[in-house]
Amino acid sequence: MASKQPENSLLGPEADSQRTLYPNVTGTSVVALKYKDGILMAADMGGSYGSTLRYKNVERMKAIGKHSLLGASGEISDFQEILRYLDDLILYDNMWDDGNSLGPKEVHNYLTRLMYNRRNKFNPLWNSLVLGGIKNGEKYLGTVSMIGVNFEDDHVATGFGNHLARPILRQEWHENLSFEDGVRLLEKCMRVLLYRDRSAINKLQIAKITEEGMTISQPYSLKTYWEFSAFENPTQGAVGSW
Amino acid sequence: MDLNMNVNAPHSMGTTIIGVTYNGGVVLGADSRTSTGMYVANRASEKITQLTDNVYVCRSGSAADSQLVSDYVRYFLHQHTIQLGQPATVKVAANLIRLLSYNNKNMLQTGLIVGGWDKYEGGKIYGIPLGGTLVEQPFTIGGSGSSYLYGFFDQAWKEGMTKDEAEQLVVKAVSLAIARDGASGGVVRTVIINSEGVTRNFYPGDKLQLWHDELEPQNSLLDILNAPSPEPMNI
Repeated sequence: MASKQPENSLLGPEADSQRTLYPNVTGTSVVALKYKDGILMAADMGGSYGSTLRYKNVERMKAIGKHSLLGASGEISDFQEILRYLDDLILYDNMWDDGNSLGPKEVHNYLTRLMYNRRNKFNPLWNSLVLGGIKNGEKYLGTVSMIGVNFEDDHVATGFGNHLARPILRQEWHENLSFEDGVRLLEKCMRVLLYRDRSAINKLQIAKITEEGMTISQPYSLKTYWEFSAFENPTQGAVGSW
Repeated sequence: MDLNMNVNAPHSMGTTIIGVTYNGGVVLGADSRTSTGMYVANRASEKITQLTDNVYVCRSGSAADSQLVSDYVRYFLHQHTIQLGQPATVKVAANLIRLLSYNNKNMLQTGLIVGGWDKYEGGKIYGIPLGGTLVEQPFTIGGSGSSYLYGFFDQAWKEGMTKDEAEQLVVKAVSLAIARDGASGGVVRTVIINSEGVTRNFYPGDKLQLWHDELEPQNSLLDILNAPSPEPMNI
């Protein structure tokens, strides 16, 4: 049985027990954008175990309080733990019973502190988080990485989404997108991720958060296109090549 | 080939473990091989361990880690049952396993499947892989032998099976995994849990169906040689 300590470690066995070494069960990209009435967020339902697409029914987006929506990629067990921290936070907030409630900006700040402080202890929560919401008409969309890097923008993505989805969003996003246009734009991004991200699966959900509240769609699959003639006969232009 | 078999290597359960729900309860299944390196330390292990009267856990990975986690959770559940005044739910048992697995993720190497029956939710299966993620599923597979079963279950699993259908599926699956995974072997054990109680079953290796390239076991070559010659055909 392989030892869990790296072979070139100078630290004794005690010190290693407190640092996270690597993720086990991971979720891939989350993509989100601001639209006319609030925030739209998309994520697939996959939980990968290394290269195996092991779990196909994982919900990676959850409502936080009345005003926020959290999506996560990375280690699923750490995401489950973050949800427990946030449950406590929201409960404490509700117990004040003072008519005030934590908005997305506050939750994003809490998550940033959480992630950054764990990073400083060399024991990160292995996630990239997307936090979106709307409170009193003000839309908010932010992101926090596992090392505590945080910022807000009109559209954000994690993982592969940064490389494949953000360029599409930079071209095609505009202020006051309708719900339909927003969904179609997210689906365009998710389809590209499905083609090009090995850990993506074809089963996704799109979540919407508006002043009225949060709704999350039923799981569904996207149609994909393979009927290019160049796909059917890739070597037609250069017979014998590969 | 490794001639110096490392008999002092940590005991690891290569393993195939399975948990399946059916209309009325759950069926848990496992092989029985425990290996230390290349040597089979125990060919008849019991990998399905009792936590309470109505909740059992399938253990895989490090034998020591999975035994300790099971022992701690059995201890906590015992106290919880006394305080609660009624049987613990499957969800509570699964969450206790999750707590230990998650909070000690750097030191433990064990994947567990918790299955049982309670009066609130009926039969439930929870998978807790390495890292301490908790996933509730209609069925789940684990251990090194499970790699060979993903395709099988994608094709063979159906919602709403009967108790016998579910058990037959589990026995077939463990048997298929044993055929291909060197770290799994021995007998197939199953545990069925429902409102009526718990049933343990035992399927010895020589009573299982034969797969591709496997031959009917014989007592000796001599029996084959001394077998009567086949009758000539009459065309």
